[in-house]
Amino acid sequence: MLSDTDLGAIWLTLRLATTVTLLLLVLGTPLALWLARTRSIFKGPVSALVALPLVLPPTVLGFYLLIFMGPSGPMGKFTEALGLGTLPFTFWGLVVASLLYSLPFVVQPIQNAIEAQGPRPGEVAATLRSGPWDSFWHVTLPLAKPGLLTAAVLGFAHTVGEFGVVLMIGGNIPGETRVVSVQIYDHVEALEYTQAHWLSAAMIVFSFAVLLLLYLLQQRKSAVGLRYGS
Amino acid sequence: MDHNRDPTPGIQGHFHLPRSNGDQQGAFTLDAKLDLPGTGVTGIFGPSGSGKTTLLRCIAGLQSCKNASLSVNGETWQCSSKRVFIPVHRRPLGFVFQQPSLFAHLSAGKNLEFARKRAGEAVSDSDFQKIIELMGIGDLLSRGPESLSGGEQQRVAIARALLIKPRLLLMDEPLASLDQMRKREILPYLEKMHRAFDIPILYVSHSVDEIARLADYLLLMEEGKVIGEGKAAALLSREDFPAQLGDDLGVLLEAKIAERDDQWKLLRAGFEGGALWLRDGGEPIGESIRLRVLARDISLTRSEDTASSILNRLPVRVQEISPDRDPAMVLVRLKPLSDEGNENTSGSTRLIARITRRSLHQLSLVAGSELWAQIKSVAIVR
Repeated sequence: MLSDTDLGAIWLTLRLATTVTLLLLVLGTPLALWLARTRSIFKGPVSALVALPLVLPPTVLGFYLLIFMGPSGPMGKFTEALGLGTLPFTFWGLVVASLLYSLPFVVQPIQNAIEAQGPRPGEVAATLRSGPWDSFWHVTLPLAKPGLLTAAVLGFAHTVGEFGVVLMIGGNIPGETRVVSVQIYDHVEALEYTQAHWLSAAMIVFSFAVLLLLYLLQQRKSAVGLRYGS
Repeated sequence: MDHNRDPTPGIQGHFHLPRSNGDQQGAFTLDAKLDLPGTGVTGIFGPSGSGKTTLLRCIAGLQSCKNASLSVNGETWQCSSKRVFIPVHRRPLGFVFQQPSLFAHLSAGKNLEFARKRAGEAVSDSDFQKIIELMGIGDLLSRGPESLSGGEQQRVAIARALLIKPRLLLMDEPLASLDQMRKREILPYLEKMHRAFDIPILYVSHSVDEIARLADYLLLMEEGKVIGEGKAAALLSREDFPAQLGDDLGVLLEAKIAERDDQWKLLRAGFEGGALWLRDGGEPIGESIRLRVLARDISLTRSEDTASSILNRLPVRVQEISPDRDPAMVLVRLKPLSDEGNENTSGSTRLIARITRRSLHQLSLVAGSELWAQIKSVAIVR
């Protein structure tokens, strides 16, 4: 069965994924809104930057983050000046790395959901004396709910599943950076296949359950299923 | 509420919006000067792509227009020279879009509440009920927009626009997305609304039927420009009314119900220069109605064809023959013989028939010929 270190890894993973998902929804929604509505020349470059983690090997992202957040990197100097120490090999270092790594999985579904609405709901709201802020909260966001749900689930699942970035930036510190994927790797390295089986099976069941829940919710809401990137 | 308005009522303004190639609606330069009455229904009429919708969107503020001014019953909504631009959500207007545009995440009732909460002035429960009854949507309130028919959705959308308590109601072809059945279903509601609320309405349409039924005043547009305006009845009967109407070309007659034939369920409506038999729709004797006779519904015979199924036959004289846009067709303007004593041309009745050039030749028609006009159908438009 699962050992205490396994349970610790599971707990850490859930904590990390939840933190990252909530932060990404808060930060990603305005970004998605801007990308969906803007006609700025920066739309292309920003979209490309957001999508970059989709194609980069996680080790590349992890490598540059390690330098950027390390003692001689600009962010490392900044966090040290604040008296926070450096971020690599800490929980919050993992959070920052995961934010970047999972960003496209959250931004793109929300952006698609807002783009799919077209300008009409916003125009209708304006003719009903609903100002931009009111309209955002009571029309744009509720209409984008399926996209937000998809974004949350994908962001969460993707953060749970990350490995390369964690290894680069977090290492393997129990209770701090040793997430489930790293724990499984450790078990396999140590030839503890039974332990690896239990943890892997738990991951499969968990991931399947989350995705199933998402599909069921969306089917009930509308005939449109989970469509990522469409 | 602030009621001290400028003494100049009405809707005045101008919009100059240069064509932009990136814009799909930008095939023309909108260049419109407006001076419209501040009450009643003003129809904005023109063929597709003539700038009607763009003009309406400019008036609403949905389309930004750098060179523009607009004042509605004395309130300035927009003036580029004074750098005034009231954003859409601060303009006291209601807007009904061509496509039913209920918020998909709210039930019909919640859609109405959305407007009621944001209305310019409090909407009392009795007002709320009145609007719901007027639009006949009391049974639909708990349902989601996706479960309503297009016509039902549009009725809810109109109720929603009314609940915002607008001081100007803008309607952008509200019936265009509906089939013929649904149009007939909604038109009576629009007429009731027109009578029940004293709100000036700008009604965009390319359907002469709707315009003839609803509009008091008319603005004609073509290629982004205003090409004519005036009282609807007068303008719709004018012979130089845009020829692009084609199949919809016709005249409007102001008539009065004179007689009811109970045996055959018909009504006789008298107008200056004659009378026409209509199907009995229950109109009381003495009621003033507006009739529309389409040019394509008039055929011409040299002698009276009493063996015909066509009920309405009038002796007429050809006044003028003019070419139609279609090279196979001509337009023949006719004057009923019984109206000939009436030299007051403005009040005299004329009919227009659209016949083939070949028929014109076969009947050897010239100005002055005496004929019988057979009228296949007459529509009561109001």
